[in-house]
Amino acid sequence: MSELDRLTHLARAGGLSRRSFMEGAVALGLGVGAASALADRVLAQAPKQGGSARFGLAHGATTDALEPGNYVDTGTQVPFWGAMSNSLTEVDAKGNIVGDLAESFEPSDDPKQWVFKLRRGLTFHDGRDVTASDVVASFRHHMGPESKSAAKSLLETITDIKADDKETVIFTLSGPNADFPYTASDYHIPIMPTTEGGGVDWASGIRTGPFVLDSWEPGVRAKLTRNPNYHKEGMPYFDEVEFLSITDIAARVNALTTGEVHWIGRPDLKTLHLLSRNPNLTITEVTGYAHYVLPMNVTIPPFDNADVRLALKWAVDREDILKKVFLGHASPGNDNPIAPSIKFAIDPEPRHVYDPDKAKFHLQKAGLSSLKVDLSVADAAFNGAVDAAVLFQEHAKAAGIEINVIREPNDGYWDNVWLKKPWCASYWSGRPTVDWMMTTTYAAGAAWNETYWNNPRFNELLIAARGELDESKRAAMYAEMQQLVHDDGGVIVLVYNNIVEAHSKELGHGEIAPNWEADGLKIAERWWFV
Amino acid sequence: MTPIVKTALKRLGLGAITLLVVSVIISLFVALLPGDFAKAVLGQAATPETVAAFQREIGLDRSPVERYLEWIGGVVQGDFGQSYAGAGSLGGHRRDVADLIAPRLANTLILAGVTALVAVPLALALGLLAALHRNSIFDRAVNLITLTAISAPEFFLAYILMLFLAVRWPVFHALSSVSPDTSALEHLQRIALPALTLVLVIVAHMMRMTRAAIINLLASPYIEMARLKGLSPGRVITHHALANAWAPIANVIALNLAYLVVGVIVVEVVFAYPGIGQLMVDAVSKRDLPVVQGCALIFAATYILLNLGADIVAIVTNPRLLHPR
Repeated sequence: MSELDRLTHLARAGGLSRRSFMEGAVALGLGVGAASALADRVLAQAPKQGGSARFGLAHGATTDALEPGNYVDTGTQVPFWGAMSNSLTEVDAKGNIVGDLAESFEPSDDPKQWVFKLRRGLTFHDGRDVTASDVVASFRHHMGPESKSAAKSLLETITDIKADDKETVIFTLSGPNADFPYTASDYHIPIMPTTEGGGVDWASGIRTGPFVLDSWEPGVRAKLTRNPNYHKEGMPYFDEVEFLSITDIAARVNALTTGEVHWIGRPDLKTLHLLSRNPNLTITEVTGYAHYVLPMNVTIPPFDNADVRLALKWAVDREDILKKVFLGHASPGNDNPIAPSIKFAIDPEPRHVYDPDKAKFHLQKAGLSSLKVDLSVADAAFNGAVDAAVLFQEHAKAAGIEINVIREPNDGYWDNVWLKKPWCASYWSGRPTVDWMMTTTYAAGAAWNETYWNNPRFNELLIAARGELDESKRAAMYAEMQQLVHDDGGVIVLVYNNIVEAHSKELGHGEIAPNWEADGLKIAERWWFV
Repeated sequence: MTPIVKTALKRLGLGAITLLVVSVIISLFVALLPGDFAKAVLGQAATPETVAAFQREIGLDRSPVERYLEWIGGVVQGDFGQSYAGAGSLGGHRRDVADLIAPRLANTLILAGVTALVAVPLALALGLLAALHRNSIFDRAVNLITLTAISAPEFFLAYILMLFLAVRWPVFHALSSVSPDTSALEHLQRIALPALTLVLVIVAHMMRMTRAAIINLLASPYIEMARLKGLSPGRVITHHALANAWAPIANVIALNLAYLVVGVIVVEVVFAYPGIGQLMVDAVSKRDLPVVQGCALIFAATYILLNLGADIVAIVTNPRLLHPR
């Protein structure tokens, strides 16, 4: 956090008068005029304490559980991580990693070892102190052969965790990883109290977060009340928050327009222009990390030929798909899985746009005059996958490519089609770092390497960059890796999706984080009533 | 033992056997569903080891026959087993199927009850009046309106009602999200719109059947006789015609009541009402088999009991059936 951010935060939390804010701002090098204007803006948005906020979530099922390894969608992530829990670190609205329960985190030189120091005076909701051994147990909960956690593979690189003293935890990794603090910010890994016998108590809902669980009916609602002992000064602002699962899109929009809830996720994009006319509502839109892709298995002909892959990359009109399938609420992809808002992201050249001549050129280079391929899709991959595939089919005709769109059943799509069929549709909610995304999906041998791509130079760079603490050298390595995926990889990135949400004007907020939905899932902590 | 009790007991016994057959069919079909709970819950994040660990914990590694026998053995003793949901690293946090179903079933029964209280008398009255004033403007208007309502899909009716009665003129709540600590009055207010939607959906069927049954009887010689005796039209209908029309009417009422319990998932979703339909759909999509089986059994039992009720009404109102030779 920069010094100015800190001042802004303090002023908003009410811990700073206008005069001291301006003094601070001028001392930081701002002119008096600029400082005064900034003070106006900051104080006008100053959050107020109090109120009971209701949020309409697009997810939630009766099978939801408090077990963090199973937080699969916003129905559990927003109430039980964002509102009820904290991880060691968090990603701020600008994509930087900052301490949450951890006050500081320092790598060893290689960086194979990370030392996290907890803040002083942290307590769980029931008043117990948060200690290093709670952190150790909370991580171990996801590790080991018996773990059923979705974060299991993420934590596989940890070879040892130990509590050095009450406030210090030391992580030893199997290889260097400069991005490890980002891993620790994952929503699957909240810090939970230990139980006797060495496990963690996930079932009681006793955590460290800004709100305390009051009542919960799975798939219906979760109600939480303010934690008066929260470790962030002045936060949270609401007295009470309630999360309702409203899976029907029209019901969700109606709930917002009739004032039943103050905020909804995923409003209906088809009627968004009508919703935006409502004078009491505001629509927010940020480009997220999530992207919709068509991965090709590069070990199966014809996709084993890099020129065939390039031909397909040039044969799709992403703008057209963006307009017709995503109704403009997305930004065009450029066959780079790293979204523009992520640190170290580049926009590789040449930009892959719709160019049938270039597609034909690459086909000829591959020694083909025409091409016939199967594309297996279902809306289970992402909403609109079938429509996007049919549009692609039309675009590709101009390049002499015949795409046979096979409509697969939604049921069991991730079991039977994804990673099995040579070319299919897939969806990534994105990862906050280049390393994380690439390790999950593009590294040779990764469980989710959906393109079966194995590029020696890429793999070498991936390992090297993890140990590189010099930011400019890392940036160069990551740029080369993204270029390789763009030129040689087996993935067609159609679009990066926008996170579209709508809320009543009664709510106020700061800059909205693009890493996850609902302001980085932390809407309950970060928002307030104006 | 009176013949009616005997018949009822015999039918209950047959019903129990039907339920057993249904339970076998349900278990067979859910076993045929592709995928399983572990894969459905973990989605894209399912790795072979996590899936295997999940399956061991919830017993999916055992044979379907073994699982069925254990489950049905529990059901006979009133134990519906444990939901797969909540399966995690620590044992003992899985929810009982009965605990999951009970509040949802109560909500569904409240909605069905309120709807039936409005819809059944309304349908009977409209049907009678329409039969009495056959081919009048009133008859045609009632037919037109109810048939239009039944022809529109439920969700469409629900959205139209929501648009006018919750958004344009905020008379009712757009959301029916109730919780166990909602007061009875608020509960009623919250379910006003879904109940109204369901009334519109089921009135036509019952009204048309009442009208048809009465009109059919009005042509019989004994009605002619009653009229010739100089009885008032109202008395002819209530004492002579209706007494013989109960059997078909009771049947169609039973059918519609069963629908109110088992088939209102669309309305539940549109109004975010926590009923049993939504529970079952969630359970099916996540392959939470104990819950699916529990819900399906309850639905089957509902059908069997309501049909039994309709048959008893038919027998009681028809002396020929009451005293079989």
